[in-house]
Amino acid sequence: MSETFSFTLNGAKIETDGQKSIWQIAKDEGETIPHLCYADRPGFRADGNCRACMVEIEGERVLAPSCMRKPSEGMVVHTKSERATKAQTMVLEMLVSDQPPRDDSPDPESHFWTIADQLNIKDSRLPPEERHHAKDASHPAMTVNLEACINCDLCVRACREVQSNDVIGMASRGANAKIVFDFDDLMGDSTCVACGECVQACPTGALLEKSWVAPSKIDRQVNSVCPFCGVGCQLTYNISNEKIVSVDGRNGPANEERLCVKGRFGFDYVHNPERLTKPLIRKEGISKSDIETLDPANPYTHFREASWEEALDTAAKGLLKVKEEKGPRGLAGFGSAKGSNEEAYLFQKLVRTGFGSNNVDHCTRLCHASSVAALLETVGSGAVSAPFNEAENSDVMIIIGANPAINHPVAATFFKNAAKNGAKLIIIDPRKQALSRYAAYHLQEKPGSDVALLNAIMNVIVEEGLADQDYISNHTEDFETLKAHLADYTPEKMETHTGVAPKDIRAVAQLFAKQKPE
Amino acid sequence: MFEKTTVAPGKAKHKRKSRYKPRGRQASTRATAEINQLFEGKSLQRDLLIENLHILQDEFGYLDTDHLAALAELMRLPLSEIYEVATFYHNFTVHESTQEAPRLTVKVCDSLSCALRGSAQLQHELSNAFDGQVKVTHGACMGRCNLAPIVRIENQYISQATIDASANAIKKRLSGHEHTGPEHDSLSLTDYLEKGGYRILKDLYARRTTPAKIIEELKESGHRGLGGAGFPHAMKINSVLSIDGPRLMAVNADESEPGTFKDRYYMNTNPHQFLEGMFIGAELVEAEEIYIFLRDEYPDTAQILKSALSDAEIAGLNNGRRVHLRRGAGAYICGEESAMLESIEGKRAYPRQKPPFPAHVGLFNRPTLINNVETLYWLPQILEKGADWYREGGRSDSQGMRTFSLSGQVKKPGVYRVPAGITAQELIDKYGGGMLEGHQFKAYLPGGASGGMLPAHMADIPLDFGTLEKYGCFIGSAAVIVLSDQDNLKDVCRNIMHFFEDESCGQCTPCRMGTTKALKLMQAEHWDQDLLTDLSDVMRDASICGLGQAAPNVLVSLMKFFPEELS
Ligand SMILES: Cc1cc2nc3c(=O)[nH]c(=O)nc-3n(C[C@H](O)[C@H](O)[C@H](O)COP(=O)(O)O)c2cc1C
Ligand code: SF4
Ligand code: SF4
Ligand code: SF4
Ligand code: FES
Repeated sequence: MSETFSFTLNGAKIETDGQKSIWQIAKDEGETIPHLCYADRPGFRADGNCRACMVEIEGERVLAPSCMRKPSEGMVVHTKSERATKAQTMVLEMLVSDQPPRDDSPDPESHFWTIADQLNIKDSRLPPEERHHAKDASHPAMTVNLEACINCDLCVRACREVQSNDVIGMASRGANAKIVFDFDDLMGDSTCVACGECVQACPTGALLEKSWVAPSKIDRQVNSVCPFCGVGCQLTYNISNEKIVSVDGRNGPANEERLCVKGRFGFDYVHNPERLTKPLIRKEGISKSDIETLDPANPYTHFREASWEEALDTAAKGLLKVKEEKGPRGLAGFGSAKGSNEEAYLFQKLVRTGFGSNNVDHCTRLCHASSVAALLETVGSGAVSAPFNEAENSDVMIIIGANPAINHPVAATFFKNAAKNGAKLIIIDPRKQALSRYAAYHLQEKPGSDVALLNAIMNVIVEEGLADQDYISNHTEDFETLKAHLADYTPEKMETHTGVAPKDIRAVAQLFAKQKPE
Repeated sequence: MFEKTTVAPGKAKHKRKSRYKPRGRQASTRATAEINQLFEGKSLQRDLLIENLHILQDEFGYLDTDHLAALAELMRLPLSEIYEVATFYHNFTVHESTQEAPRLTVKVCDSLSCALRGSAQLQHELSNAFDGQVKVTHGACMGRCNLAPIVRIENQYISQATIDASANAIKKRLSGHEHTGPEHDSLSLTDYLEKGGYRILKDLYARRTTPAKIIEELKESGHRGLGGAGFPHAMKINSVLSIDGPRLMAVNADESEPGTFKDRYYMNTNPHQFLEGMFIGAELVEAEEIYIFLRDEYPDTAQILKSALSDAEIAGLNNGRRVHLRRGAGAYICGEESAMLESIEGKRAYPRQKPPFPAHVGLFNRPTLINNVETLYWLPQILEKGADWYREGGRSDSQGMRTFSLSGQVKKPGVYRVPAGITAQELIDKYGGGMLEGHQFKAYLPGGASGGMLPAHMADIPLDFGTLEKYGCFIGSAAVIVLSDQDNLKDVCRNIMHFFEDESCGQCTPCRMGTTKALKLMQAEHWDQDLLTDLSDVMRDASICGLGQAAPNVLVSLMKFFPEELS
């Protein structure tokens, strides 16, 4: 804990440790200072560009942005003095003068208009500027309407700093400054990966989901967990008329309010007419293989609705029949990674004790089983040994056999953040991937040569004496065998096999081995 | 790769958009090859982005988007980042590959001193004369205001430009004629050494004198920063020293305040005195490396500095310090010190929020000594002749000497080195040769576009830091622009507000929108003075940097001192 001191906020003496901004402290005291370019959310840095949050500090020549400024000992701050209020109001007046009329605005209930209401600004004394921003609806999931943009830069921080997707920029300067995707390309033609972070951050509705409905029309919100990949992002479904209309990232440990395209926009399946919502039983006289003419939107040509009891009965009878005819080994079970651990447990129990069969497997056989086996053998436990967020505390990261920007995009954002903050990223992948740009080294080995490459890396570590001898003698067995085995795997000998230059292998080995946990 | 993916029943008819195509713009193989060749062996460090964009534009005449995409790939930068930088600076021309590019870009200076000499008409006529083949546009002050009006044809500058001279030069360029820069008569290293130059620096290197003594002497002399803010020089050095190294030094040679051309004069005539001052500064703060940020409009100065630097380095006068000469790309805001640092780092010139101050957290986040060219130019002389000599050079309550850039409606515009505290009247009469024939002195701008405006009857105020603030004005970079009865002061204000609108970095609302809105209100026949006052108050109070804070100064001066102009 650092030392505390006191300063004065609107006449009240306040103790603080100097870590929080004046805006944050005011919020703790129950006051919301007007703010537009500041998002009180994890991962978003204050930028201090809109100047709606200006406060007066006694003895200073000009006003200060409360979202950035931290108090110092004895400082006397006024958030509502005449000067401060005049600046806050004029900033809003300037911005309002160039907005489309509120009723025509993409989001009349936006944060921007809420702050305008707070400052009691309905319209502006300032002359409007002609703005010529064509609406961009090229993206399947989002609409860009820069008529409403206030150049607050939040979408830039969302895209470039929070998600590190690097698509949005603020091009040109002065009055011409403008939000662009890549080289001022249409959003739908750009490198956008549709994470939707910019939409969640935009305070004006200049960036909006196509499925958006006004907040006042949202009937309820349901907190949930993203149903797609294993990162486990927490989210909130916004529901209007019993339909999910949009999704917000929620502050869970794995995602800190971030989402990827799947969690953000992949909710239409819920309302897909082809989705099974009631148990169906195949009609009498229709064969199992007769699917040519089946229309999933109208399965009633082949199926009829049934109650759960009837459906379960029918299924159980079918299974029992097989068991009778072919014995327990006539049955097998194949579990899905969409189920939870608990469900997986129950499922194997059903197969083993109910079916009486050990023919049970799981789809992760294809992806995870090999690593479980290897981890068990070498580390003694088949589970992940650290959460991916630990990237934040790492000096070096190696990504091998993975393409997280595609498969686990939210996890990838944390890797990119760490790399931007100075951690060294090593990628081992024959293909170029989205993270390559952040990598200190990308070893593009020939497909299938990863084991040789890893051996070569270990060869360097052992030969150059970079191995942790203490750890080896205290915690491992049979190191000499490994050492002897590695002797043949010099980077030079492996070059033709892996296609990776020896100097790169050495550099990676050294980079990796010289970082020691503290 | 895959002919077919397995599809769900009933879905087979849906045609999928090709799935394995990479998203977004990709550089063509031709552009990639050209870029790889052009940058072969060149550094791809992030901070060299602007330098690399110059290389590209010098080679092709403009920045082709296809090339930019290839450069982004090569430098491992996001497309958006490279596009932001390329479109921020006015001297870069970004061109969509699919469209036809102009053969030549010509800029006519439209800042005040040139505007007073008919540059608007000149631009209009040139546009008509070269419709289509040449892009004729305006440019901000080019630092040659004593020779107004100025026309820039890429690296060539036409002084006291007429339509005929400009048209001829353009035609020559179009026919493939290369321009070679003007010859300058600058003092060589040998001559400078002969006159006793570099003595102080050598003494300092050899510790025949100590840093502490020098800092004390500078403190005694009352020497201040001459880039505009007038911050006491010794105090700044001590502030930089208060933070542990490694430290850096950055020299502000952006000189873009309209009406200012003194730094150019010093660098062109006596580059080594400036370099000696610079090396003294670097030694005092133990700066590891030195960056000189020189504006793009001074290509001749760049040549002079390059050769002077190489002479100095051969003579070992840099004491092992690397000096990087960086080239601006057309942005007044780069003169603001923290914006300059951003630009040296290869980014858009967005001024930083303060605190922290650049003396403590500066270039590449290191403590950084930032000084204006003239500030450093004085050091050898002050230290040679002593603090007393310098201090006593001033008039009335002022200490030291100032270098005024005088332009506008006077007979002899130019650079004049005079006692601090001189009055505008004396400057005009004694140095400027009086008003131009047929012109009556009406008003003057004491500090370029930023420093406000005063009427002729207030031309007896000593000009120095601190003397003009009570009138809402300041001396800034000591660029005095003289106006006469033939000038429309409302137009002068419009010209200046237009300059700020054009040069605003656009980062903060009060400046980005304030300049635009003010200009719009000022375009009216009848000005809404209450509203303009409110707007000005907030621009001054709430803008991030000095640009937005000073932008309304001239406007406020007009309302305050020249009510008759607005009635
Ligand atoms: C908008 C703006 C433009 C400026 N332009 C310049 C400039 O062109 N040259 C310069 O030396 N200082 C300029 N300054 C002042 C610098 O910010 C800074 O004070 C100066 O470089 C410090 O050096 P000095 O102490 O030696 O004067 C400008 C300041 C502002 C706010
Ligand atoms: S959706 Fe995501 S990737 Fe696309 S522009 Fe917005 S923040 Fe960037
Ligand atoms: S699009 Fe939205 S988030 Fe982006 S700058 Fe404009 S208002 Fe701000
Ligand atoms: S005052 Fe103007 S130039 Fe300065 S940061 Fe704000 S917008 Fe940029
Ligand atoms: S919220 Fe503080 S400047 Fe925008």
